[in-house]
Amino acid sequence: MRWQIPLLIVLLCGVVVAVQYFVPLEELEFIYENALDWIIITGVFAMMLGLWSLFRVSISKVQNKAPGWGYNLITLAGLFGMLFLGYRVESLAEGSLFMKLFRYVYIPIQATMFSLLAFYVASAAYRAFRARTVVSTILLATALIIMLRMIPLGFLSNWNQVLANWILTVPNMAAKRAIAMGVGLGMIATALKIVLGIERAYMGRD
Amino acid sequence: MKEKLVFGNKVLLIFFLLLLFLFLGINITFAQEAGEAKASVDSLAQAPAPPTNVVARDAPNDNGHALVVTWTLSPDDGAGKNNVVSYEILRSDNPDTGFVVKGVVALGISQYEDKGAKEKGDKNYLPSHKDFYYRVRARADGIFSESVVSAPAYAYGQWFHFGKSPIFIGSVIFTFFVVLFINMAKKGKELYVRPIAGIDAVDEAIGRATEMGRPILYIVGLGSAADLGTIASLTILNRVAKKVAEYQTPILVPCADPIVMTVAQESVKAGYYDAGRPDAYKEDSVWYITSMQFAYVSAVNGLMLRERTATNIYMGVFYAESLLLAETGNVAGSIQISGTDQVAQIPFFVAATDYTLIGEELYAASAYLGKEPLLLGAIKAQDWGKILIMISLVLGVLAASFHFDFFVKLFQVKM
Repeated sequence: MRWQIPLLIVLLCGVVVAVQYFVPLEELEFIYENALDWIIITGVFAMMLGLWSLFRVSISKVQNKAPGWGYNLITLAGLFGMLFLGYRVESLAEGSLFMKLFRYVYIPIQATMFSLLAFYVASAAYRAFRARTVVSTILLATALIIMLRMIPLGFLSNWNQVLANWILTVPNMAAKRAIAMGVGLGMIATALKIVLGIERAYMGRD
Repeated sequence: MKEKLVFGNKVLLIFFLLLLFLFLGINITFAQEAGEAKASVDSLAQAPAPPTNVVARDAPNDNGHALVVTWTLSPDDGAGKNNVVSYEILRSDNPDTGFVVKGVVALGISQYEDKGAKEKGDKNYLPSHKDFYYRVRARADGIFSESVVSAPAYAYGQWFHFGKSPIFIGSVIFTFFVVLFINMAKKGKELYVRPIAGIDAVDEAIGRATEMGRPILYIVGLGSAADLGTIASLTILNRVAKKVAEYQTPILVPCADPIVMTVAQESVKAGYYDAGRPDAYKEDSVWYITSMQFAYVSAVNGLMLRERTATNIYMGVFYAESLLLAETGNVAGSIQISGTDQVAQIPFFVAATDYTLIGEELYAASAYLGKEPLLLGAIKAQDWGKILIMISLVLGVLAASFHFDFFVKLFQVKM
C-alpha cells in the first residue's frame, strides 16, 4: 500500500496530462494550468530544502576546516549577504546595494565564466580534431570548412560558403533530425515506463 | 399690405426650406429598416459593395471560446474605383444592436477566427454555448458598407483534437509495441540489445575510482524534475549508486535544482539499500548548490579540481556549461562519461569526454545497467518504432516525389 499510493498518483497525473493534450475541453485545460502553477509553488517550498542543504554542507566544512573550507565560507557570506540585502522590495530599485552587487559583481563573474567557453572550444577542438583514422580525418576536414566560412578568403570564399551551407543544411541537419527522432521515441518510452510504474528507481526505498 | 405679403412669403419660403432640410437630414442620419445594408455618410463618395454570405461557425479543435467567420468578398475587392482596403469583423450578442469591431483583415481575405477570452472579466470574453451574430464591414478610403447580420452561432469545446490525430495514432502504435515487448520479456523471451560502449565503461570507471581512492562525481544536469532527461539521469544514478555502494567508493552529486536534489537523495539511498549497505549512505553526498547556470558550473569545476575526482559522469539536460564541465574534468585527469538529449550539446560532449551516450541512449542506459527484462522490452519497442519511422520516411519521400499527396497529408498535424 505504501508504494501503491505514489504509483497511483503518478498513473493518474500521467494519464490526465496525456488525455489533456488530445482533448481540448476547458475543464481539462483548467486542471493542466493549475498543475503547472502547483509545480512552481512546490518548487518554491523545495528551494527552502535546497538552501538548508547548502547551509548544512557548507557550515559542516567550515567547522571541520575541510580542504577548501574558505570557499564554503565565501558561499555562506554571499548567501546571507544577498539574502539580507535583498529581502525588501526596495532592494530592487536602481542604486541599491543589492542591485550594485548584482550588476557589478555577479553579472561580470557570469560573463567571465561564459567567455571561458571560447578558450575551451579551442582546446577541445585541438584535442578532438586529429587525423588518426579516415573518419577523424573527414571530421577534421569538415570542421575546417565550417570554421573558414566566417573568414574572407577572396575567390575561395564563395566555394567555401556553398560547401559549408550544404554540410550544415543536408548531412548535419539529417543527423540532427535522426537524433531528435530517437530522443522523441526515448522520451515516450521513458514516460510510459514511469506512468505504468515499470521504472521506479526515482522513488527510493525505505 | 403688399410689402407685408412679400415679407410673409419669404418667411414661409424659408420655413418650408428649413423643414425640407430637416426632413432630409433625419432620413439620412437615422438607420434604414432592418435587413438593409448600411453605408457611411462620411463623404459624398460611393461606398464599396458590401460583402455577402456571412457565415459564423464554431472553431474546430479548441476549448469552446472561438468562432470562425467566413464571407464572400465584396465585388469591389481589389477592383474598381471603390477599392476595398480592409474588412472589419463586428460581433454582438444581439442581432440588432451592440456590434463591436473584433478584428480587421486585409483585402482578399475572406475568413477570420474570432478567438475570445475564456475569463469572464476579460473584455474579449466569448462564452461558450451562447449565440453571437456577426457583420462584416468592407472599408474603402474613409467609407464603408456593412453586410447583413449572420445567422446566430455559438462556440463549444470539442472532445477530441482531430488536428493531432497523426500524433495520437503514432502514440497508440508505439505504446502497443512497448506493451508487446514488455509482455514478451515477462514471459522470459531473450531480447537482444546492441552493446553501448559508454554504458559498458561505467563499471570500468567506477573500478578506476576505487583503485585510485578518489570519489566519483555524478552531475544530474541543469534540468528540472519535469524534464525526462533529468528523470532518465536519476534512474541511471540509482544504478550507479548501487555499484558505488558495492565498491565502497565515495560519490558526490551536486544538484542545481532543489526538487532534483530531493529525488537524487532518494535515488542514491535506494541504490545503497539495494547493495545491502544502507549504513554507508551519506546524506551530504547529495546536496544543492545553486540554480544559476554559471555559478553552478564554477562550484562544480572547483570541486573537480580540489577533489581530483577519478570519474565524472554527466547525464541529463545540459546547456552551454557542458563544455566547461567536460574540459575542466579533462584538466583534472578524470575519466568522463556523458549523455544528454540536448542535440546542440552532443558535439561538445563527443569532443571532450571519453564516452558519450547520444540522444535516446540516455533513456536506454538505465535498462542496460539494471538488465531488467521489463526495461529491455521498452528498448526493443524504441527500435521497432525507429524502423517504422524509417519505412514511413522512405514511403513519404516516394509519395512526395510522385505527388501522392494523400500519403503526405496523413502525417500533417494541425495544432
